[in-house]
Amino acid sequence: MTPHLLLFYLFATVAVAAAVMVVSARNPVHSVLFLILTFFNAAALFILIGAEFLALVLVVVYVGAVAVLFMFVVMMLNVNFVRMRQGFMQYLPVGGLIGVILLVELILVAGTWAVADTPRAIEPRPMVAGLTNTEALGNVFYTEYFYIFQAAGLILLVAIIGAITLTLRDRGNIRRQDIGEQVHRDRATAVELKKVKSRAGI
Amino acid sequence: MADLWTGTIWPVAVITFYILLIAVPLMLAMAYLTYAERKIIGAMQLRQGPMTVGPYGLLQPIADGVKLFFKETVIPTGANKIVFVMAPMVTFVLALVGWAVIPFGPGLVLADINVGILYLLAISSLGVYGIIMAGWASNSRYAFLGALRSAAQMISYEIAIGLIIINVLITAGSLNLSQIVLAQAGMWYIIPHFPMFMIFMVAILAETNRHPFDLPEDEATLVTGYNVEYSSMTFALFFLGEYMNMILMSAIAVILFLGGWLPPFNIFPFTLIPGPIWFILKVCLVLFCFIWARATLPRYRYDQLMRLGWKILLPFSLLWVVLTSGFLVYFDMLPR
Repeated sequence: MTPHLLLFYLFATVAVAAAVMVVSARNPVHSVLFLILTFFNAAALFILIGAEFLALVLVVVYVGAVAVLFMFVVMMLNVNFVRMRQGFMQYLPVGGLIGVILLVELILVAGTWAVADTPRAIEPRPMVAGLTNTEALGNVFYTEYFYIFQAAGLILLVAIIGAITLTLRDRGNIRRQDIGEQVHRDRATAVELKKVKSRAGI
Repeated sequence: MADLWTGTIWPVAVITFYILLIAVPLMLAMAYLTYAERKIIGAMQLRQGPMTVGPYGLLQPIADGVKLFFKETVIPTGANKIVFVMAPMVTFVLALVGWAVIPFGPGLVLADINVGILYLLAISSLGVYGIIMAGWASNSRYAFLGALRSAAQMISYEIAIGLIIINVLITAGSLNLSQIVLAQAGMWYIIPHFPMFMIFMVAILAETNRHPFDLPEDEATLVTGYNVEYSSMTFALFFLGEYMNMILMSAIAVILFLGGWLPPFNIFPFTLIPGPIWFILKVCLVLFCFIWARATLPRYRYDQLMRLGWKILLPFSLLWVVLTSGFLVYFDMLPR
């Protein structure tokens, strides 16, 4: 058994075990922490097959940004665990059915992939020798798939604008800081001198 | 058996030795960074700083370390114990592993990987977990508020850091840190990218939760924020992690903008000093700026901090990406 293979089984086992814990952990915060562990092991598996760019982007995007948001939401929600478990038996048949369908589909996909004799529609591109991962990806992204890549960016932009529009509401009586106004105050507009007459007040 | 020895055990032993070679001096540097901080701030405020333990107070950091070691570790009753103990470890480990890809000199790097800068970005984006886990597991309002502030702040400033790194990358044409340094042989990037260097300095202050952006541990309103429930060694690990992160961020600033191990001028008196010494000197210079900012600037208000990050630094660095790439394409200076 080579060290490479040993590492593969180590990371794969931890990834699967952590994925199981994501759905079985009682505390939702623990679930998110196990999800992060799963992401990490997936990234390690990417590195083992030589896809270092994908691995690090997985860590930056999913662990560094997406999971932090999950964490935020899960920590801030005041979840009542007892009440969450009450309807468990009621939902079990529906959930179980969906689980079985997913499992059958996965088996079908893996099965056809293994036994199919027809060539695949799109062959994987062979890695060009002497090129790093990042360069190889960039060469394809910005030439052949340029329009699709740009379209993906536009869709993300629309999603960002949509999310902001949904959450932005104008609460009338809010006090905002206007930096320009503050900076442009001078002695004439900011200070008022009054001669106060004795025993009269202002 | 011999194959296993030469193929696996021996390389692992060598790497372990190199890791110790980096980590042990780093811990020492961190201990004396706290000493330097107290001395410099003392000098700026016309005080002497620590003077009692050893000559000129030089043994003060060691005394502090020993004191922390002998204190009792208190775990609050309502705390989530496993997460509570894990949080400082996560912070500490993340502050250490970033050093794996830092080049100290030509070829003097533990792991010379192709995506070094992405690795550093990934590590620094993980730093938020140690803090958010500590805040949640402590089961205390102050700690939780501090953790939430810190998480929002670190995510906001990371975006600016990412865009600044993109500027350097399109100028250098590589994600490998050694090659980024070598690309600066003609001119350090602080000269063409000076505004980006300034923004980077601001952003790393926010990223390491240092003054004037130390709202997560705002003594006046949050006691000390996310680490309020921690004591003894668990607290020491947070402390170590924070200072080691400062050194790591300074090292990144040196590599991206100040030419890494390269001497300022490639002529006789400067080339006498070896590369690693130049590297350490430059890191010390950036660290001095960290401490200088702490002694000089008052703390930001939280909404102003968010405004600075999202409405000023982010649009400006995005504009600079457009300018840089436009300039490089127009004058046909893109690195091949």
